[in-house]
Amino acid sequence: MHNHHQDHDHDHDHHHHHDNRYSDMQARVRSLETVLTEKGLIDPAAIDAIVETYETKVGPRNGARVVAKAWSDPGFSDWLKQDATAAIASLGFTGRQGEHMRAVFNTPETHNLVVCTLCSCYPWAVLGLPPVWYKAPAYRSRAVIDPRSVLAEFDVTLPEDTKIRVWDSTAELRYLVVPMRPSGTEGLDEEKLADLVTRDSMIGTGLALAPENAR
Amino acid sequence: MRSQLAQSPGLPRSAEGDPVFPEPWTAEAFAMTVHLHEKGVFSWSEWAEALSAEVHKPGRAEDGSDYFDCWVEALSGLLVIKGVTDADAIFGLQKSWQRAAEATPHGAPIALANDPLSRPI
Repeated sequence: MHNHHQDHDHDHDHHHHHDNRYSDMQARVRSLETVLTEKGLIDPAAIDAIVETYETKVGPRNGARVVAKAWSDPGFSDWLKQDATAAIASLGFTGRQGEHMRAVFNTPETHNLVVCTLCSCYPWAVLGLPPVWYKAPAYRSRAVIDPRSVLAEFDVTLPEDTKIRVWDSTAELRYLVVPMRPSGTEGLDEEKLADLVTRDSMIGTGLALAPENAR
Repeated sequence: MRSQLAQSPGLPRSAEGDPVFPEPWTAEAFAMTVHLHEKGVFSWSEWAEALSAEVHKPGRAEDGSDYFDCWVEALSGLLVIKGVTDADAIFGLQKSWQRAAEATPHGAPIALANDPLSRPI
């Protein structure tokens, strides 16, 4: 596990690290869920199931456009490496909570995987809604301990000598995985390339699609 | 999802007509409402009336950016009217969840029991 505290400096205005925070409305929703569950009026699993029907359909596809631009434009790619927050903001995508972004690039040597907790550490502005599994405690703990087996469950098999680097999001710093550009995509424009970038490929639990599998 | 709730007035929608959720809690609020409606806790017209009243309150954002705040307020109000709970209980738990979140170290799931002033259940 790497130490993300070494490479960011956004905690100067906090007395100590409050990674977990609920806005009034986030807390209100939790409150209603608690009341309704205690009264037996809702079943949390049923709520998750309803949310799940939307998770892949809704939310912006902004992240895919960021990745496609990085694949096509070496200058943008460098900028994204150096200052992802600014590079992403230049495309008009900014988070409501002013979170900082860092882009981590997959290479043949290193595959990146992002994890978080049940808190709000997910770059909504770029990736849309988080998948329900991403919020599961099991995903997080297993991804840290045995990322290769977690990837296998997502049908991702990497060469044995590819290192897997696990990044732990915080409320202040969130990660976007830039998957490797698939082969056979030399002639594609950014729009076509963006179709190859799945949500999972930007979390690291998937790879970019081959052109023949484009949605 | 073919829920009637997807026809709520003002709900942001994608080009395909699906609801669009700016943040996860908005989807959770939507899902809870759908579930309660399906269980018959309130009728469609009761919901539409409650939501509409919130959206048209003075001081609401003209660009609709607080649409889901209205949604959650409407749902809270409706649950009080229906006698499911009362406003003090909702607000008390809201504060409790906020304290619990702050008291939970990064990497651990946020649980209500982590509230240092945890209420007796």
